[in-house]
Amino acid sequence: MNLLTAVLFLPLAGFLVALAIPRSSPQASRIWALALSLAVFVSALGLLAWFDRGLATEQFTVDVQWINSPDIHFHVAADGVSLWLALLSTFLTPICVLISWRSIQSRVKEFYAFLLLLEFGLIGVFLAQDLFLFYVFWEVSLVPMYFLIGVWGHERRIYAAVKFFLFTMAGSVLMLAAIIYLYTRAQTFNYTTILDLLSSGRLTFAPGEQMLLFLAFFVAFAIKVPLFPLHTWLPDAHVEAPSAGSVMLASVMLKMGTFGILHYCLPMFPSAARSCAPWIVILAIIGIIYGALVAMVQPNMKKLVAYSSVSHLGFVILGIFSFTQQGLDGAVYQMLNHGISTGALFVLVGLLYERRHSLEIADYGGVATAAPWLSTAFLVTTLASIGLPLLNNFVGEFLVLQGAALANFKWAVYAALGVILSACYMLWLYQRVFFGELGPEVRAHAPDLNLREWAAVIPLVAMMVWMGVYSQSFLPPVGKTTALVLEQTRINVPFQVRNGQASPKVSLEASNAR
Amino acid sequence: MPVNLMPSGLDMIRFLPETLLAVAGTLIMVLSALLRRGSNAFGNISIAALAGALAAAFYANGMQGPAFGGMLMVDGFATFFRALVITVGILTVLASYRYLQRQEAEAGEFHALLLFSIAGQCLMASANDLIMIFIGLEISSIASYVLAGYFRDDKRSSEAALKYFLLGSFATAFFLYGVALVYGATGTINLISIRAAVAGQGGAAASPVFLGVAAALMFVGLGFKVSAAPFQVWAPDVYQGAPAPVTGFLSTGPKAAAFAVFLRVFLVGFEPAGNNWEPLVWFAALLSMTIGNFAALPQSNIKRMLAYSSIAHAGYVLVALTARSDSGVAAAMFYLAAYAFMNLGAFVVVGHLAGKGERYQNVEDFAGLGQTQPATAAMLTIFLLSLIGVPLTGGFFGKFYIFKAALDSHLVWLTVLGLLNSAVAAYYYLRVLVMMYFREPGAAANEAEPLTAGTGAALVLPAAATLFLGIFPSWVLGFIEKSSSLLK
Repeated sequence: MNLLTAVLFLPLAGFLVALAIPRSSPQASRIWALALSLAVFVSALGLLAWFDRGLATEQFTVDVQWINSPDIHFHVAADGVSLWLALLSTFLTPICVLISWRSIQSRVKEFYAFLLLLEFGLIGVFLAQDLFLFYVFWEVSLVPMYFLIGVWGHERRIYAAVKFFLFTMAGSVLMLAAIIYLYTRAQTFNYTTILDLLSSGRLTFAPGEQMLLFLAFFVAFAIKVPLFPLHTWLPDAHVEAPSAGSVMLASVMLKMGTFGILHYCLPMFPSAARSCAPWIVILAIIGIIYGALVAMVQPNMKKLVAYSSVSHLGFVILGIFSFTQQGLDGAVYQMLNHGISTGALFVLVGLLYERRHSLEIADYGGVATAAPWLSTAFLVTTLASIGLPLLNNFVGEFLVLQGAALANFKWAVYAALGVILSACYMLWLYQRVFFGELGPEVRAHAPDLNLREWAAVIPLVAMMVWMGVYSQSFLPPVGKTTALVLEQTRINVPFQVRNGQASPKVSLEASNAR
Repeated sequence: MPVNLMPSGLDMIRFLPETLLAVAGTLIMVLSALLRRGSNAFGNISIAALAGALAAAFYANGMQGPAFGGMLMVDGFATFFRALVITVGILTVLASYRYLQRQEAEAGEFHALLLFSIAGQCLMASANDLIMIFIGLEISSIASYVLAGYFRDDKRSSEAALKYFLLGSFATAFFLYGVALVYGATGTINLISIRAAVAGQGGAAASPVFLGVAAALMFVGLGFKVSAAPFQVWAPDVYQGAPAPVTGFLSTGPKAAAFAVFLRVFLVGFEPAGNNWEPLVWFAALLSMTIGNFAALPQSNIKRMLAYSSIAHAGYVLVALTARSDSGVAAAMFYLAAYAFMNLGAFVVVGHLAGKGERYQNVEDFAGLGQTQPATAAMLTIFLLSLIGVPLTGGFFGKFYIFKAALDSHLVWLTVLGLLNSAVAAYYYLRVLVMMYFREPGAAANEAEPLTAGTGAALVLPAAATLFLGIFPSWVLGFIEKSSSLLK
């Protein structure tokens, strides 16, 4: 037992206690969920404090045998990337509790129980170091989200919930097949051991074999990201989910996909990843531009934010498949940024919905007059989301574009279009909702932020500024881990000798340069 | 072959579970003439007898070995399946206390038949020659036919019984014909000697044509009993018509016992000819999974849907058989245990909700159960998630274990197609979850009576077992892996 297991299991314990709270006292459920999620966050901060930033390897390792045969371990640890993502989950859960305080009035007990179970699953996905355990958490996080969307969502919630479940399930069964196949080859589920076997050459895959394994993992992750054209479940799920569900879905669940690609696909199947990279980058760029264009024409605020996520996540994929240090750093930073700023957008849209009971942009106008502070918070978030310097997304997008330009300049040019388009749809959204004529409906129903809502919004805005101004608090551990990933992707890659000097260039890069 | 026909004390101990069950069944028949109808006495006697048989099965496991001149074989494998079918019996009896009261159909016969059926299945689990297998199969089947038609005034129940009986006896005939041909070809009915003959060791080699036909006939017979495609057509009608606790029993106990026979006959007797029959089983496995899952998709009747799902699950177990390895046997054993708990549990909820005369059998009738009876709904959720194969449930680990065994035997395509199938299956199980939690309560959920102690126990025990098998599988795996090697 160490602090890491405490951070992981506190939400599970909280879930079990939440189940025991009587149905008749919803307030007790809310207070319990808030207190517990804050306690988890504080312990996660402790994790951050004790994290050795000088090390690139996993820390806080706990490795206990779970099942003897096959050899499955309960093996968790945190590295420079998973630490931040776990911290992001624990940071957002109390905010989700706060924003659901009034909007969730039916089956309150179950709602908070599922929220805590979801937190457990999400933290576990990022910390698992055993492939079997990873799959367990991957699937476990699916169930509470299914219920969050299906029970507390809007009109078409059932369709959205089932679609969400089936899309993820369809992708993940192939990943399960690949995980089992890996075990039959490596005789272990241990992530680090598999990497050691690969880099020492004791475990090698035939090219076709590696490609199939890569694709089995990649499709599961790409559905979750979601990468164009596998994104169709996302707008449905986002629009129908309750605010807290949308926040957790956008901010953390989508990162399960990008984290998986970074953590599993790249280091374990480097040659396949490199040979697929051009195609994946094309899909990512299509996603960036397509997501932005579709977002522009949405009449529904949540749908707009959902499509903007498709666009933003395209940047993350682009960064990862640029195979450069800057690109990888930027991708990870962009995962965190998207978690904060899109999370904040969903929080604020949820607050608007709580007031006016509509997600249609046409039903709003002039909110800035009625609720100036809400509008200010929304403006900061909007600016962050479009990548204004000194706010968080700028740093991430800059690094991603830099990495992409180093790999292939054209990629950066096309992707940069997405940045411009994001300014168009976000500012236009802001103009239509917050400026203009103040209708009687909005005037009557749009009070400014109350204390509870302040408590939910302030941390998010503060993080946007902090991450934009002083990225050095966050990036060094990320860089250490991504450097290790990058190093791992260079194994089994043929060396090429050109102009008399040996360069560890990949054949792919070399052919691009020619 | 000189056989000492005088049974020894050890033989009797190894045969004790079956003896206990048969005696208790007979006792109930006698008592049912004396006791007034409607008392819980029959159920209590059954529980006591089953608990005794369970203890006897484990006691006998301490003295493993053949009994009655090699006709029975008590090994870990036999003990596992004996314990499994007896546990299924205990849960069925627990669930049927209130169910029978509600249908005003309490009678000693129900319990007597159930005990006979379980005795037959125990015999199937431990039988080591083809005649004993046949006798076990018949004891189990004939009692099951009658149980399926237990509501003799109900048309659906009678139809189910008739269909089950006609097709079932047809299948048994196939099996028996196969037994006859094997005897003709090899001159023996003992599985170990058949194995030697199939392998071509000692004496004249058996004719491969005879053996092939015999194996195919036995495959048909056993395929019917486990409701594997293409011999599955009876299952939906029978499962729908039979009383819900009986359906739960039929889809788990006899199926597990039939799989025990399947594994023993094909992995001991016909194992040397494995390369010849493997494609057949491969095909049957894929067909069962695909037909079961796709046919379940449009079903509106929950019993029919679960019937198709049980065909699909038979397909998963056949994948383990196709692997033809010790780990395949272990996977099949684990899966059958997990499946027994989750499927029986689901049928207990179905019987609980169906109300008098089983009026509520549709998926729509589960609407709002999550609101009116959260505990019942929560347990059905566990069963359904396990049937889908979500981690931390026995169903997931079982599936994982089966497909691991398949990949160990290089059955890549079967694994991929099987796993894709399980994603399809998620859809129809989710429909029930959607109804329970995402819809407002309907008549069935509002009228559902509170859980009685018996029904509650019949839900809590399998739910706990499902989670236990999913979270701490090692404990059961330890026992299974010691007993999965069928040849000593």
